[in-house]
Amino acid sequence: MRTYLLARLVLVLPVLFGVSVVTFSLIRLVPGDPATVALGPDSRARPEDIAAIRASYGLDEPAPVQYVRWIGHVLGGDLGKSFRSGRSLTEELALRLPVTIELTVLAAVFGLVPALLVGILAAVRRNSGADYVATVSTLVGISVPNFLLATLLVLVFSLWLRWLPPIGYVELNRDPLGNLRTMLLPALSLGLPFAAIMMRITRSSVLEVLDQDHVRVARAKGLPSTSVLRRHVLRNAAIPVITVAGIQVARLLGGAVIVESIFGLPGIGRFVFEAIGTRDYPVVQGVTLVVALAFVIVSLIVDLLYAVVDPRLRTAS
Amino acid sequence: MHQVDAGSAPLTVSAPVDAGRAASPEPVHRRRSWLRGLLRQRLALTGLLIVAIYVVVAIVGGWIAPFSFSAQHVPDRLKPPGGAYLLGTDEFGRDILSRLLFGAGISFQVGVIAVGISGIAGVLLGLLAGYVGGWLDAVLTLIMDVVFAFPAVLLAIAIIAMLGSSLANVMLAIGVVNTPVFMRVVRGSTLSLHQATYVEAAVSLGASTPRVLARHIFPNLTAPLIVLASLNFAFAVLTEASLSFLGLGNKPPSPSWGSMVSSSYGFLEIAPWAALFPGLAIALAVLGFNLLGDGLRDALDPRLRF
Repeated sequence: MRTYLLARLVLVLPVLFGVSVVTFSLIRLVPGDPATVALGPDSRARPEDIAAIRASYGLDEPAPVQYVRWIGHVLGGDLGKSFRSGRSLTEELALRLPVTIELTVLAAVFGLVPALLVGILAAVRRNSGADYVATVSTLVGISVPNFLLATLLVLVFSLWLRWLPPIGYVELNRDPLGNLRTMLLPALSLGLPFAAIMMRITRSSVLEVLDQDHVRVARAKGLPSTSVLRRHVLRNAAIPVITVAGIQVARLLGGAVIVESIFGLPGIGRFVFEAIGTRDYPVVQGVTLVVALAFVIVSLIVDLLYAVVDPRLRTAS
Repeated sequence: MHQVDAGSAPLTVSAPVDAGRAASPEPVHRRRSWLRGLLRQRLALTGLLIVAIYVVVAIVGGWIAPFSFSAQHVPDRLKPPGGAYLLGTDEFGRDILSRLLFGAGISFQVGVIAVGISGIAGVLLGLLAGYVGGWLDAVLTLIMDVVFAFPAVLLAIAIIAMLGSSLANVMLAIGVVNTPVFMRVVRGSTLSLHQATYVEAAVSLGASTPRVLARHIFPNLTAPLIVLASLNFAFAVLTEASLSFLGLGNKPPSPSWGSMVSSSYGFLEIAPWAALFPGLAIALAVLGFNLLGDGLRDALDPRLRF
């Protein structure tokens, strides 16, 4: 078990290094000089102003030197500061990250709960009404982008029924119920396409295990079907489901950019979106790094879950 | 099925194409009732039909459109569907049907080029990594893992934000973020094909590496690649729509479907059709390619799992 964990951790390091290099390089894709962008639309900026900006962001040094300096700062918890507001990115993210995390967790719950229930039911009762519903809703779910779902939800629940606000945010610790009201539509917009993917993978994984010999043996020896399902099917079907769930939960963060922008949630998604409009490159860079880190961490957690679910991995060298 | 961010599953091949499969004709244990088989078949045909219509519209849409995509009929702003404007007009009095017809071309163009970029890059890198192996494989796999560690939409947004907002950069960004998907599948298949007896025979006969790759290995990859291309097209259309919804890509008045939804979002209550019709077009196109990809997979190789 310990070897397994250590091996996983060691494998993560090169990916983390690569992620940092890609993120660092992003700002170098900018055509021209980011410093002139930092100075804003005033094109009459004097050369010495530009030079001062370049120096303050370390843009005047060779790339490897910049990288080492940048990574040193990042490891020390300093992600740099915004071109526009001049505020520390670390502080900005600390304010905004909880909103995005709450959104993602809610979306994951809204996605996973129906997906697992319907997916298992559809597999067990193949070709039944439940299976048909699962197949059709999966097809629709994977074809409707987040922003379209958000548009439809706002139209029905905010504009026609007037049940929920179309935009806005209430802080969780100030008014939990009001917070939920503002989070419900965004979380559904993000969670339902996720549900479609998970439903599909759950159904196919359970179906595959149901076809295996050990399940037939369990049935043949007279085990009640619920305990066959619980002890022999679901446990084996869990591995692919966990794998896909892990990747997809991390990917919800990408959808959060769109959903947060539509619903005006002050998370990191809208932050990065606004930064694009104002060409605030350090913000784009910082958020991208944080999200990729989140992905790597979620992947690690998924690997740990494998070991919990599958005892073979715990004993393997 | 595929889809990455805005609703899509990762393309992981858990059962790589087995080179020796043909020699062991063990039946696939899938108890599909004939009804289900028929349904799937019908779904695949529906997908094919949607894709065919989409492609035709993308090519001839500009000619059959009743109006120009930018013609503003100011007195007829936000007109409901019917009359001269079959699908209504938007907030500038532009004919939505015409804009949809023109927009199909943009979406199709992005799909073809983005899938082309990721397909070509993914195949080349995958063949190299899988066949040459060693440190090259390790490095290429690491690079793909790194690209894969960024949510596709966010990485695409970041690339476009840095390079500048243009349709060419949208295509490039979608192509780049999807390259690992192709690379992984090709690498996996190449690894197992490398061990096949006929490949070994070709090598023993003195065939050069490019020849082995092009004549003996690549032809075996066509089935998964066709499936992947279809599913990736769905992803590319969906991502282009999402990016243009965020205002990345072509500038107004360009009729990208996603930007049509976002520009009429503010008029949702009084003119829902202005957002719903482009939304429907996006969903149908994505659905068509997903259905087609699934059907192709079932028809070509049911053991592929992506």
